Amino acid sequence: MTKAMTPPVSAPTPPGKQKFQFARYQDLALVPVIILLLIIGAVLSPIFLTPGNLIAVLTQQSELSLLVLGQAMILIVGKMDLSLESTVGLAPALAVALIIPASAGGLDVGLAAWMALPLCLLIGVAIGGLNGFLILKVGLSGFMVTLGMLTMLRGLQLAITEGKSLIDVPESFLYLGSTTWFGLPAAVWICIVCYAAGIFVLKYLRAGRSLYAVGGNSEAARAAGIRVDRVVWTVLIIGSVLAVVAGILMTGRLGSVAATQGEGMIFQVFAAAVIGGISLQGGKGTLFGALSGVLMLGLVEQILRLQGVSGFYIKASYGAVIILALIVTRFATGQKQE
Amino acid sequence: MSEFAAIARGVTKRFGRTLALDDVGIEIRAGESHALVGRNGAGKSTLVSVLTGMQVPDAGEISFFGEPAPPVADRAAWRRHVACVYQKSTVVPELSVAENLFINRQDLGGGLISWKKLKAEASTLLETYDVAVRPDSLVSTLTVEQRQLVEIARALSIGSRFVILDEPTAQLDGPAIERLFDRMRSLQDKGVTFLFISHHLQEVYEVCQTVTVYRDARHIVTAPVAEMSKPDLIEAMTGEAGGLNVPSGDDRPSSEDQILTVSSLSGDHFSDISLSASRGEVIGLAGSASSGKHEFAETVYGLRKPSVGTISVNGSAVRGGDVPAALKAGIGCVPRDRHHQGLVLDLSIAENATMSTAGAFVWPSAQRSAGATAIASYDVKASGPDQPVSDLSGGNQQKVVMARALAGDPSVLVLINPTAGVDVKSKESLLGVVDAQARRGKAAIVVSDELDDLRVCDRVLVLFHGQVVREFARGWRDQELIAAIEGMSSE
Repeated sequence: MTKAMTPPVSAPTPPGKQKFQFARYQDLALVPVIILLLIIGAVLSPIFLTPGNLIAVLTQQSELSLLVLGQAMILIVGKMDLSLESTVGLAPALAVALIIPASAGGLDVGLAAWMALPLCLLIGVAIGGLNGFLILKVGLSGFMVTLGMLTMLRGLQLAITEGKSLIDVPESFLYLGSTTWFGLPAAVWICIVCYAAGIFVLKYLRAGRSLYAVGGNSEAARAAGIRVDRVVWTVLIIGSVLAVVAGILMTGRLGSVAATQGEGMIFQVFAAAVIGGISLQGGKGTLFGALSGVLMLGLVEQILRLQGVSGFYIKASYGAVIILALIVTRFATGQKQE
Repeated sequence: MSEFAAIARGVTKRFGRTLALDDVGIEIRAGESHALVGRNGAGKSTLVSVLTGMQVPDAGEISFFGEPAPPVADRAAWRRHVACVYQKSTVVPELSVAENLFINRQDLGGGLISWKKLKAEASTLLETYDVAVRPDSLVSTLTVEQRQLVEIARALSIGSRFVILDEPTAQLDGPAIERLFDRMRSLQDKGVTFLFISHHLQEVYEVCQTVTVYRDARHIVTAPVAEMSKPDLIEAMTGEAGGLNVPSGDDRPSSEDQILTVSSLSGDHFSDISLSASRGEVIGLAGSASSGKHEFAETVYGLRKPSVGTISVNGSAVRGGDVPAALKAGIGCVPRDRHHQGLVLDLSIAENATMSTAGAFVWPSAQRSAGATAIASYDVKASGPDQPVSDLSGGNQQKVVMARALAGDPSVLVLINPTAGVDVKSKESLLGVVDAQARRGKAAIVVSDELDDLRVCDRVLVLFHGQVVREFARGWRDQELIAAIEGMSSE
């Protein structure tokens, strides 16, 4: 029997240290996978590593990446928003319809063409704000509210456009999605700026750190003086606005607003976020991780496409790859994804 | 049949580089209540998980009533030998009491579930153990006390005659603890053996016959409770001589300068309470769990909205029900339950400690150094400010909550159960912090059931049914105070 006169300082330390070291690199868990995919792509196809091809991958993923950025923040704060994919379609469709004449499929309201972009962003704020109101103030389940909104917003778009694509889109609306700045598409620059801002805010601003506190333990966050409802509401609105920006870029890239614009994207959004290490339970994950999830999915998709996988099989292979990616991530990070 | 309900010998268990149990043993006589005490991190929880078959020890052997322990995979066999009522509830809240009692054997061996039969069996079982709960009520509607009784009844119904109670009293109030002890005694008469884990040494003397002390993953001593004085017990736990060294603070300078004024405040479960605290004054609030003392303190900090009344700090009124406003006015708080409200477990010590105070920008280096300062000033045992608080022991977690409450240098401190579930050493250091803050001219309100916490106070107000019924100046007698808390007049 030893008489220890001082309390043991070292006893609880080692596991903590290991865990911490581990958490530090978890963020970069997908980087080797991305490098591996680049190598596989290069081996399978000579044009894979050309700037043209890589820029194409980035451009294709730019819209998805903005949705993932929004969804990642919403998941970190402990909520989820399924309606983002419908916002991608409805906001541009409604904004354009308020401007163009009925002969072109519009609503014949005849607002000035310059209003298209501000109007579109405003619609995003309204949708996010409404989601927040129903979830936080009325106290409804976030999953069900946004599931309802998913269907309702898509239905609204079909009703406004009578199921047709809007082709007569104002010039200002097409600019961002189709122009190039310094050799890269504007869409890619916008994503870079948004992610850089997001990563900075979530790491270095008190407001950003409060997302983790709220998602990790909202009661503790409240007791620490964080205005929990305000944080969640803001994040929901930012998520919707990012979805609107994605919709604007998509409209510009394709030159019209399709009735199905954004449909089905939400599954990829969740897949990319979870592969990127964002926990569906809230409070965990980083935006850098989410971004690497998006890039990984983009590279896989491009490899499949360049290999000429038949259109009939590409969806199945894509789904299989998502599950495979989840398995890889599961073992790369050593953590269960609940 | 052996005379021992459970024997563990030479048990060693490592987690990574941490030695959680170092060649320890315990011998629990059939029919006794055996206390296991030790500071946080002494190895109590690990021994419980080894004794219940949740963890396989690296070395050592375990036997129940003379039979060697079953293989770990055979959960059913373990459950027949030993049952454990954990601090955390292991019942399913949205299912009925009856279903919880027979969970995973709802068919009672018949293949199909007969709900009528299940309910009848449950009634019989509840009657046998004298638990006054309806079998068809949902577990989520039960009180903590009733929930524990259901868990004990379930354990006994499986056939186990050896029950481990892991800090069963932590969430109970005085009368409920007494009822639990009565029940333990009567079950003991029927031949049930208990292993009782608690941080309240007084309870060990009340209900146990033998006590085992662990310290730093080692077995220190096992002795009959009657032969172990309280100072001896504390010495065995801490390795240092002497009892609990709580600063009584009777030499604290007093002042006429009022900081906190609460006038005729009413809210959830309390009404019309007025009090004022001056610089350097520590006020204790005592009362049973339903007395409204927690609600009052939470209202002062803005976690709850008052219905009428005002709170003012240094003469200016504080908006009710608004935590950021309270923080700005200079009120800091250690909330009631550190897991529920105090900490974000996945975040680091530094981040938790600075959560209330960080400016608009959070520079990791500044945060880390603030975390390091907190670790040093509040004596937190941790590897560094980046360590997640989930790794820390209870006492050290509570120090992080204290650090957060004090981070903004508040002039008023509201401390709710500040030493709940922490070991003797951490208790001393936490109460030392309260005393030091008072000496720096801060006012504090300490809400607690523990007499040790209240000893640091200059005066103690006793709440009963939401109103202040008695006030004690320093130097109160334990019996007097307890009588007032229980609502008995001892005039």
